[in-house]
Amino acid sequence: MTARTVALQCLQCILVTTAAPLLAGWVDQCRAWLGNRRGAGVLQPYRVLRKLLRKEAVVAHNASWIFRSAPYVRLAAMALAGSVVPLLAPLLPLAPAADAIALVGIFAFARMVSALAAMDIGTGFGSMGARREMLVGFLAEPALLMVLFTPAFISHSTSLPLIVRELTATRFLLYPSMAFAASAYVMVLLAENARLPVDNPNTHLELTMIDGALHLEYAGRDLALIEWAGAIKLATYMAIGIALFLPWGMSRTGSASGIAVASSLLAAKMATAGAALAAIETVLAKLRLFRVPEFLGTAFIVAVLGLLVHFLLGS
Amino acid sequence: MPVFAQIINMLAALFLLVAFAMLTQRRIVHLINLYALQGAILAFSIIAVAYGTHQQSLYFSAALNALLKVVVIPMILHRLVRRLRIAWDRESLLRAPTLLLTGLVLNIFAFNTALPIEQLAGTVNRDTFAIALSSVLLSLLMMIVRKTAITQVLGFLSLENGLIFAATSVTYGMPMMIELGIALDVIVGVFILGVFFFHIREEFDSLDLHNLDRLGD
Repeated sequence: MTARTVALQCLQCILVTTAAPLLAGWVDQCRAWLGNRRGAGVLQPYRVLRKLLRKEAVVAHNASWIFRSAPYVRLAAMALAGSVVPLLAPLLPLAPAADAIALVGIFAFARMVSALAAMDIGTGFGSMGARREMLVGFLAEPALLMVLFTPAFISHSTSLPLIVRELTATRFLLYPSMAFAASAYVMVLLAENARLPVDNPNTHLELTMIDGALHLEYAGRDLALIEWAGAIKLATYMAIGIALFLPWGMSRTGSASGIAVASSLLAAKMATAGAALAAIETVLAKLRLFRVPEFLGTAFIVAVLGLLVHFLLGS
Repeated sequence: MPVFAQIINMLAALFLLVAFAMLTQRRIVHLINLYALQGAILAFSIIAVAYGTHQQSLYFSAALNALLKVVVIPMILHRLVRRLRIAWDRESLLRAPTLLLTGLVLNIFAFNTALPIEQLAGTVNRDTFAIALSSVLLSLLMMIVRKTAITQVLGFLSLENGLIFAATSVTYGMPMMIELGIALDVIVGVFILGVFFFHIREEFDSLDLHNLDRLGD
């Protein structure tokens, strides 16, 4: 652990937490363009956060400490997850804290806290949202683990920096198993981040909402933290996808010029991924809730097929 | 690993994915398009094998497969479902997740069964035999669970795709005469079954084959 890697780690923590709303704004802007609207601009999430942070947090009378602490726990979990995924270079002193499997655990922990907080108040919407969130979570997590196992088998490690090193060290190979894993990962990403075929991120009062129902009781400062955590979660998921399936261009040594190249490439990759997400959301309609198991079951099957194909073809 | 072998493996994996997609696709029009896609993947993988092994006869086989399975048969089927007015029908299925899990079990079975057979073959793409075998099993499963005549025919056609794929992976395709014979059989079969569809529907007002159970008396 040298001064350079520590500096890189700090840079990454700041980058993930501050730039995540920008990505969310970019996705919203792309959706607006695709829907023939002008859109509110890519900085809109920052304006929303500033507005909410100035407001007082109103809390229900019967709220316990779980409800009060949930936004902070959620934000901390997402910030931790975001800072252990290699973004610019696979040299992160914090990375041994969580490998790919522990990362899934961090997301699951954040989900559990959110669900408990939503049930804590005892409103109908809260507990319904919590139950739906747990349904989606318990179907998405096995699929996510299966997706992560394929690159882990290829690189003989579950640590994300080691996977990135291994994948960038060899010259480009067509891995059929990775194509399967990548398509399953996109499906899991849509479900875990409450994006369109599973949940509509723009709705705030709709009977079928999941994410909106979970956070319906939050206001002001707490809501700002929750929205911020959601943006970081989306950015982290995209960063994991990029690290696993498109890691080329990351700086292997962490030199200044390498970091400059890596950050411009990362910006381009993130922008493309955000635009692709917006395109997916524009094309697809929302699934009925009882079709969600089918959707995530397909993701699971595709991920398992990726693993099987890896063992069969050895690639 | 040479580039063409990577491409063969990639196409084989896509072939398997399309077989799974056909298993759970509900709309008949999409099912026919998936069948055409599977035919296209088959033709491309035969071309890749031909390129890798310098076997001229395989190019003819690829052209024949492409013509038949990407152009002719899908066209006939599209016209048929339009005239039967069932193009946008949705078929009620077994629960899709159950079906997919069953398919996965068949897949693992096929992969294990194919391993010793693969060892006997000396071809460059022998690893893909397991995928061919499992797509044959998936097509059989599709024929078992589907209810209407046309989807069962599609299952049968995709079964034939899987067999050609298996032949290419183990022995670089079948002799040209046999392949031509199979092509003729398939096309005549599709024509005859097309006529049958109209008869079945006239008799029962639907293409659901469970009605055939009543024919006993």
